[in-house]
Amino acid sequence: MALEMYLDLFSQPCRSVYIFAKKNNISFDFMKVSLLEGEQYGEEFGKINMIRKAPAIRDGDFCLAESIAIMKYLAEKYQTSDHWYPADLQKRARVNEYLSWQHMGIRMHGSKMFWLRLLIPKIMGVEVPKDKMDGALEDLEGSLKLIEEKFIGDKPFIAGEQISLADLVAIVEIMQPIGSGLDVFEGRLKLSAWRDRVQAEIGKELFDEAHQGILASQEMVKNMDSSKLQIFKPKILRLFL
Amino acid sequence: MAGRKAVELEVYLDLLSQPCRAIHIFLNCNKIPHKVKTVAIRKGENRTPEYTKLNPMQKVPVMVDNDFVLTESDAILKYLATKYDVPGNWYPRHPERRARVDEYTAWHHTNTRPHAAKVFLMEVLLPHMTGQPADPLKVERALADLSDTLEKLENMFLKRQPFLCGDDISLADLLAMCELMQPLGGGRDILKDRPKLLSWKGRVQSALGDSFGKAHTVLYSLRDRSKAKL
Repeated sequence: MALEMYLDLFSQPCRSVYIFAKKNNISFDFMKVSLLEGEQYGEEFGKINMIRKAPAIRDGDFCLAESIAIMKYLAEKYQTSDHWYPADLQKRARVNEYLSWQHMGIRMHGSKMFWLRLLIPKIMGVEVPKDKMDGALEDLEGSLKLIEEKFIGDKPFIAGEQISLADLVAIVEIMQPIGSGLDVFEGRLKLSAWRDRVQAEIGKELFDEAHQGILASQEMVKNMDSSKLQIFKPKILRLFL
Repeated sequence: MAGRKAVELEVYLDLLSQPCRAIHIFLNCNKIPHKVKTVAIRKGENRTPEYTKLNPMQKVPVMVDNDFVLTESDAILKYLATKYDVPGNWYPRHPERRARVDEYTAWHHTNTRPHAAKVFLMEVLLPHMTGQPADPLKVERALADLSDTLEKLENMFLKRQPFLCGDDISLADLLAMCELMQPLGGGRDILKDRPKLLSWKGRVQSALGDSFGKAHTVLYSLRDRSKAKL
């Protein structure tokens, strides 16, 4: 039975898993999950993944969630090039350090920006209050600064000379606010240079393919039926407003 | 720090911090030789020029292994579990079992950790810092989020197994337990009405032995002071 990957490319962690698998020629069945349509709450998906999040994989009998766990599992199983998740203890620790920090360090802020700028106005019918928007922007900018200065620093990539899972996970998160029309690379030379290197390593074609959906978000959200998105209202009120 | 090399493993910890406790317990439980440097966040010891040089993010824990400086408890624990000869259950080598621990430790960052920490923040830290009483609405919201997480722990991770990732204790249980202990600092036992989680806690404490109680002494003192106030 083929490896099945349950993905929605609007989701950052789904993109990192997709890019990783494709880049390493890992064959898989792409099982589309539409998160905005609430497919993760369906009965079928619950059988794959009790945590009800994407990405998720099913490898024979083995089901797994969490993009970071998935990529490490695939790296081990398919014996991908060492630089993705180095065997060297200290290099690996550097990768793990970034992968740990990023959950709250950048993921939250990039995602939030996408919700505040695009989804919330669509679903709630109102613009987000300025103070909330400014606060979120400040958080995002703080994170980007840390990524530039502490994690990348003077190195070509986060873990050193070569690209790793850390860079892959970082780039997909940073692309999310871009999908909402916010150019986070503007004025950030170091970050832009790093992005160029990461894109070159991944390959422009694969990178663009993975990001096609998110970069067309503004148009897509405009055309969405907001009544279908009302299930997200309680979550929005709780998390963002 | 310039010019001075650490001759053994050093860890910079504040035992009021949940991830710091996890590291403290892991080191003691596995008898890994190390030196603890205490950093009292409430006294601003993480903001000194010396500490900032060590860790510009001014956070704890930090590990220094000779010249190698590492932050993030998740990364530190996995580094230690790999470098030292610890029993295989902590961070299994078998890919599927390891993946289960990686799955939990990832999920932990956006679930167990923030939700348990927020209760402590609302009930203890903020009132302490601002001198204002806790905001009951915010506490209620934080407790609701935490309750949701506790249900997921019970019904997902602990559904058919004694520990979060299988038959034996792992880094997952260690990290989770230290987070879930935190609200106790405000006198609140979040597990008291949840028999399944209490049994799990019993198993975890049993597996950790003395090291668990030792790591939590500071938190217990805080609990006693909080209870005295109520």
